Amino acid sequence: MSSAPDLDLEHVAKLARLALTPAEKEQFSQQLGDVLQHIEQLAKVDVTGIEPTAHAFPVVNVWAEDVARPGLPVEVALRNAPAQRDHLIVVPKVVE
Amino acid sequence: MTYEAVIGLEVHVQIRTNSKVFSRVAAGYGQPENTLTDPVILALPGALPVMNKAALDAIIKAGLLLGCDIAPVCKWDRKNYFYPDSPKNYQISQYDQPMCLGGTVEIELPGAARNVMGEHKKIPLTRIHLEEDVGKLNHFAADSLVDYNRAGTPLMEIVSEPAMHTADEAFAYLTSLRATMIYGGISDCDMEKGQLRCDANISIRPVGQKELGVKVELKNLNSISFVRDGIAHEIKRQTAVLEAGGTLVQETRDYDGQTGLSQSLRSKEMAHDYRYFPDPDLMPVRVDEAWQARLRGECPELPFDKQRRLIESYAVPYTITSVLVWDRALADFFEAAAKLSGKAQAVGNWIVNDLLRELGAAKLTLAASKVTPAHIAGLVALIDAGTLLPNAAKEVFIEMFATGDQPGAVMERKGLKAVPVDAGELEQWCRDAIAANPKSLADFKAGKESALNGFKGLVMKAAKGKADPKRVDETLRKLLAGM
Amino acid sequence: MAADLFFKSIAELAALLEAKTLSSTELTSALIARKSAVDGRVKAFNSSDDADALAQAAASDARRAAGQARGPLDGIPVGLKDVISVTGQPLTASSKMLANFVSPYDATVTVNLKRAGAVVWGRLNCDEFAMGSSTENSAFGPTANPWDLTRVPGGSSGGSAAALAAGEVIAALGSDTGGSIRQPAALCGVVGLKPTYGLVSRYGLVAFASSLDQIGPFARTVEDAALMLGAIAGHDPLDSTSFKAEIPDYRAGLKQRRPWRLGIPKEYFGAGLDPAVGAAVEKAIAFYKSQGCEIKEVSLPHTQYCLDTYYIIATAEASSNLARFDGIRYGHRAKGAKDMADLYSQSRAEGFGAEVKRRIILGTYVLSSGYYDAYYLRAQKVRTLIRQDFLNAYREVDALLTPTSPMPAFKLGEKSDPLALYLCDIYTIGVNLAGLPALSVPCGFTPGGLPIGLQLIGQPFRESDLLAMAHTYEQAHDWHLKHPSL
Repeated sequence: MSSAPDLDLEHVAKLARLALTPAEKEQFSQQLGDVLQHIEQLAKVDVTGIEPTAHAFPVVNVWAEDVARPGLPVEVALRNAPAQRDHLIVVPKVVE
Repeated sequence: MTYEAVIGLEVHVQIRTNSKVFSRVAAGYGQPENTLTDPVILALPGALPVMNKAALDAIIKAGLLLGCDIAPVCKWDRKNYFYPDSPKNYQISQYDQPMCLGGTVEIELPGAARNVMGEHKKIPLTRIHLEEDVGKLNHFAADSLVDYNRAGTPLMEIVSEPAMHTADEAFAYLTSLRATMIYGGISDCDMEKGQLRCDANISIRPVGQKELGVKVELKNLNSISFVRDGIAHEIKRQTAVLEAGGTLVQETRDYDGQTGLSQSLRSKEMAHDYRYFPDPDLMPVRVDEAWQARLRGECPELPFDKQRRLIESYAVPYTITSVLVWDRALADFFEAAAKLSGKAQAVGNWIVNDLLRELGAAKLTLAASKVTPAHIAGLVALIDAGTLLPNAAKEVFIEMFATGDQPGAVMERKGLKAVPVDAGELEQWCRDAIAANPKSLADFKAGKESALNGFKGLVMKAAKGKADPKRVDETLRKLLAGM
Repeated sequence: MAADLFFKSIAELAALLEAKTLSSTELTSALIARKSAVDGRVKAFNSSDDADALAQAAASDARRAAGQARGPLDGIPVGLKDVISVTGQPLTASSKMLANFVSPYDATVTVNLKRAGAVVWGRLNCDEFAMGSSTENSAFGPTANPWDLTRVPGGSSGGSAAALAAGEVIAALGSDTGGSIRQPAALCGVVGLKPTYGLVSRYGLVAFASSLDQIGPFARTVEDAALMLGAIAGHDPLDSTSFKAEIPDYRAGLKQRRPWRLGIPKEYFGAGLDPAVGAAVEKAIAFYKSQGCEIKEVSLPHTQYCLDTYYIIATAEASSNLARFDGIRYGHRAKGAKDMADLYSQSRAEGFGAEVKRRIILGTYVLSSGYYDAYYLRAQKVRTLIRQDFLNAYREVDALLTPTSPMPAFKLGEKSDPLALYLCDIYTIGVNLAGLPALSVPCGFTPGGLPIGLQLIGQPFRESDLLAMAHTYEQAHDWHLKHPSL
């Protein structure tokens, strides 16, 4: 059992917008430490000159012609919204 | 110490398409809130992006117009950050493989006078990439409201090198870039509608120093004049700080065009870590020679190239071309009229002065105007033949603008055709005018050239305005010379 | 009504429906009754709209009466993993985050199934956001294995596998990112097929790891799997990663019999393999040999790196894919948030379960500034090597035979350590990294009566061959005719 020396859990959780409880922090730190330690073995693989695979079957130029189609009616678009007003979605005041 | 400013601009230009960049729901401005959405725009679970071919055409065309290198292959990356106007909380963008690299924007700096062409320069570009626009936030006292209509609109980010040094250069850069985009049919670039947006990176350094100074990013420059004013203000502010012995901090400042002041955006959020990675939902784009060639064929002549050609081919002065070339349709109108008429300068004057004035007063576009190049050419021909005198021509123009009738017909209908005046009769009117004004005669003899106007007024009155001013002038001078 | 109606195959039921000795309404009602009888113990369903299912069944019966039946799936109730979108139905991904979400659109596979006349019914349980190997990560509680209710059904598509094994649906759809169809199919004794990446549209599938996810069928028989695949496969203009492949008649292809060359990757038979599972797979290999197939040991030398490569790529993509669950446009929103940052952090903290949080954090970390090259980029390069291993093997063999899972169904709550659970996927994740098709077919039982699965890994877009190979095995065995008693 180990915790990853490099994993700044606090910082990463903030980037991911996840509030963690102290218990979660402790547990994740240890569990992710184990996983990261396991992952360390990837460093042993010689990847010199190897192209990364982003898609298993890469093709290019997959597009659609610019023809507009009807979207969702506003009532349907907002049906799942937790808070709405005047056909707009309400969020806490955003301070820029 | 003297300081030099270094300015780089990041310009966002919305591409005009029917549908959004990664989904086929309609794109547009001014629609009721949240009516331009679909599962992709709302980032509903399971929705996937599909590229818009027309948006790709548009950015490649923009790159070709600006002389960029078009990447043979480019990919899509996700820029990860949380913000309520960004439905997926990542933006599909291009990180390390933009569609266009390099290129330049030709600019013209203000000349010594309004009628003198200023210095031309080429401002180098770093890159142009394609991404998706975000939604719009409306701020209220207690909360903010989100409208996703704008989200997913194709957006180009055009990044210049830090190669400008004055607010005037930045102004000229935006003016030229905007005209180029409009010329190419890429965007309408209406800044009020957010179709063109500009952020400026500004630093100052002692003249002669190579290293750049501390960079300040100026945001919300939402008109071309605000860009000029905001940058000028920022250069002044930075200079004042340094001259007072202070230090500048790297920051983002918000410029308020109304007050002419800027203030620091002290957002407490952590330094950005966008965690870019290739978007696995989209395939790369490969641009071959044939695709480029097709778009190159659709590229129009650029404003400054047009200006050089108009000056050379039509021998029209800068005062005319400098107005014409910023509007592609107007320049085309001029060329058509000039070709019909053969009197390019006269045609140019009518277009730049009278036609633009009337269009402005009537709040009409050129396309909606009833006046065609043939009207202008016809009008110039009548004046040239002496059939229509200048004052009458102005009247004919206004009527022609209102009705769309040909100038000859208007002239006849309104009885404005110049009546050939008998030489003897003209001489008599001149003699009468001189006799009626002994004071003016004395003044003229004493060398006061303007005294001539007094006689001219009387002659014109006698001729009921139908005398050719050139002939009146000649006759008066001949008579006065003998007195 | 025959008591075993709900254990019949699509092929058998289609014949009854066509002969009009059975109506879709009767069949659907029988399944609704079966669900009422057993799902309290199996817990395979997150929800079901029975009235809607009966309306679809009535529409099917009306089509058939009018002579307009649409083929073998017309009138057959099919369950969907609760990560596949159906218009007007809940789509929860077994997460508190989406507990109240109702989807306004159909996934492409849903459209395809409806077009084939299937009765699309039931939202089947899974690990939250398809992250897990036991269905214990569901916010709505675990699903039980119908063969032993104290054990897990596997995961993440555990509800789909369990519902089918328990006779609550006739076929089902799941999604497979690292084994999430094949492993629960093996643990529940049914057929599970993960198609070639790009064969089946992902549009409308709640994304876990976009470059690995693929929807596929669960079925009682290989023939049923062929029928289901035929209905859902095909190019979709709404999914840019969907492939323009020719879709053959998979059912007709089942009759192919060839002396296939079958590879046995030696790395898949090492330490950690349950002896009973190993023995069953060896027997299956012996069967193929007896059928004239050439059996050849092959090596996939980068197998040991699959797990790490997978967890980097899958979590990185997931961290970004799950960013949209923020409590703004839909989903769980925390109460009393004082500002935006708080709203995000609290909503996500409350909405997501522990495993999802762990993976989001891992994925965020491997993409974060300074780590991208060492983790994500390196993993993508190792992915190339892993893929190359398979393609090299296919120069010598037509397909690979392996166990699907190193162990049979384990006890609920037995594996609490994430890393131990990740090891359940060691035989299945290489396939996803390489984008290959693979299926799991039942190949026996442990002495304790738990099902064992044989995995066949095929070549890209050669599902037809894969199905024929599995069909050959299935026809000579009767594992698929055994059912749990509930």
